[in-house]
Amino acid sequence: MEWLSKFPNLSDDTLRVVKQTIDESFRAFTRAYGEGIEAFFNPLKQFLIASEQVMISTPWPLVLLAVGLIAWFASRNWKIVAGTIATLLIIGLFDMWDDTMRTISMIFVCTLLSILIGVPIGIAMSRSNRLQSIINPVLDVMQTMPSFVYLIPVVMLLGIGKVPGLIAVVIYALPPMIRLTNLGIRLVDHEVIEAADAFGSSPWQRLKNVQIPLALPTIMAGINQTIMMALSMVVIASMIGVAGLGQPVLRAINNQYFALGVFNGLAIVGIAIIFDRVSQAFGRRLQKHREVVHG
Amino acid sequence: MADAPAIEIRSLYKIFGPHAHQHVAAVKDGMSKTELNHQTGHVLGLKDINIAMPGGSIQVIMGLSGSGKSTLIRHINRLIDPTAGEVLVGGVDVVKMGSDELREFRRHQTAMVFQKFALLPHRTVLDNTVYGLEIQGLPRATQVAAAMRWIERVGLKGFEGKYPNQLSGGMQQRVGLARALTNDAPILLMDEAFSALDPLIRMDMQSVLLDLQKEIRKTIVFITHDLDEALRLGDRIAILRDGEVIQQGTGQQIVLNPADDYIAKFVREVNRGRVVEVVSVMTPGGEAPKGAITLAPLDTLEQAARRLSESTVKTARVAGADGATLGTVKLEAIVAAMVKPVD
Repeated sequence: MEWLSKFPNLSDDTLRVVKQTIDESFRAFTRAYGEGIEAFFNPLKQFLIASEQVMISTPWPLVLLAVGLIAWFASRNWKIVAGTIATLLIIGLFDMWDDTMRTISMIFVCTLLSILIGVPIGIAMSRSNRLQSIINPVLDVMQTMPSFVYLIPVVMLLGIGKVPGLIAVVIYALPPMIRLTNLGIRLVDHEVIEAADAFGSSPWQRLKNVQIPLALPTIMAGINQTIMMALSMVVIASMIGVAGLGQPVLRAINNQYFALGVFNGLAIVGIAIIFDRVSQAFGRRLQKHREVVHG
Repeated sequence: MADAPAIEIRSLYKIFGPHAHQHVAAVKDGMSKTELNHQTGHVLGLKDINIAMPGGSIQVIMGLSGSGKSTLIRHINRLIDPTAGEVLVGGVDVVKMGSDELREFRRHQTAMVFQKFALLPHRTVLDNTVYGLEIQGLPRATQVAAAMRWIERVGLKGFEGKYPNQLSGGMQQRVGLARALTNDAPILLMDEAFSALDPLIRMDMQSVLLDLQKEIRKTIVFITHDLDEALRLGDRIAILRDGEVIQQGTGQQIVLNPADDYIAKFVREVNRGRVVEVVSVMTPGGEAPKGAITLAPLDTLEQAARRLSESTVKTARVAGADGATLGTVKLEAIVAAMVKPVD
């Protein structure tokens, strides 16, 4: 009765062969295509470097002014602007300015990339139930697979540096963007779509004039989620060489520097709150027309 | 616009379900809606619809919920594709159009008003109203000029900068109407356009529509579940039940000769005085007494009764437009025809 007490698994030899085969073939793939893939991502790398350079080389008062203006135009709310400026000032006071700028630059590029990839996929998904049933499980894997696991092939392919970090962050942060774009478009009132069709809208006109504007609150929620998830990946990304607030945290873990960890951790929280409040206020402002209701 | 195109619907069938085409033949051979649903799981939406709608008049399609009336009107601009049959608009079959041709047809030939208004919530009244012209790619100044004219005409001047949410239901539907009229299409499709409005506003909107129709003379297809509304608006009425037309004709024909008990039940509650015309209760020929007033044959009984009761002579002469006497009618006959029949 041994088969009852011990699960009848594949033999150790078989498993070793399976794992070896997979590893070998992936290594072969890396050797064959690694350089080509690296070249493919080169423009992205340049963009990342440029964006970081801009953030760091700009004098800090200018950055403060620019961030304050963006916060004002997005939210039209003095409290949010004041909170944003105060948070950045404290971060600067505690000597975390440069790392914060690097992280903000990274998050900015990740979010931009997620929007550029996520919105079109979300739109395509909203148009086809079949595509939706194919993409959904992929998104499930992207969201639940422990990020360390997909760091392995990314690092094997591209080595350590900014781009693999970016890819890891985007893989993790992309799903809510796709899901919420898809959901937002699917939730648009059927009658309004029918009206757009009845007046002879082309598919593009219908998308541009009706579906996207009406799905915008949901899409904005997706952007907000993407930013938050990207920020939560900062520390893990720093393990493969992404500069920014994650690296001091990593150092703090390795050397048990409690205060260093807390300061940098709080700086991450601070910029998360800034991003969240500003983007949510912007989302709400886009919806002004829904607020004033006929009494 | 005296030459609004006629619409002719010929043996139109709509079956809902994944293999609809396979079951058309069975339905044509007389399979009923229940049998079809039991045996194949398909739903019979419309069965052998034949309606000829003359150009420039108001055709009402009446039926209760589930009768297929909203499905039917969506076949005219092909928001729904038929399973079999033809929809001829000005002699062209809409069913056979390719997608580009269909889009042009929708842009220039038809405009639609929806039950729940279906306005774009993120656009102002003005930007909603220009929608049809905007997607045609006309210059903005042309769009705005046309839109402002109709916004003013439906009584919304001064509201063009408001969002739909800021307006009452009646005003929102005026925007829906202005949006459709701005398109200046010869065919106006109105899907239960006034059903979501409260009774007084509904009457008001009916008057707006009737007034407008005097000048625009479009071919209007109007869907309703309300017989009073049907009789007030319709030059011709078709009554739909379970996806089939069970009677069509003028309002008066339907009120006076209901085709079956189902229609008779509806018609009993109708205010006949406003529907039935003098010509159908008069005695042809004969001489009117001295001092009798003259009625037109198409006066309603209500108008006739009011004038006769004010006159001293209780018999009236009925004369055509050329002045020739057609017959006479007594006040008693009019009153008798106005009260509902006893069963």
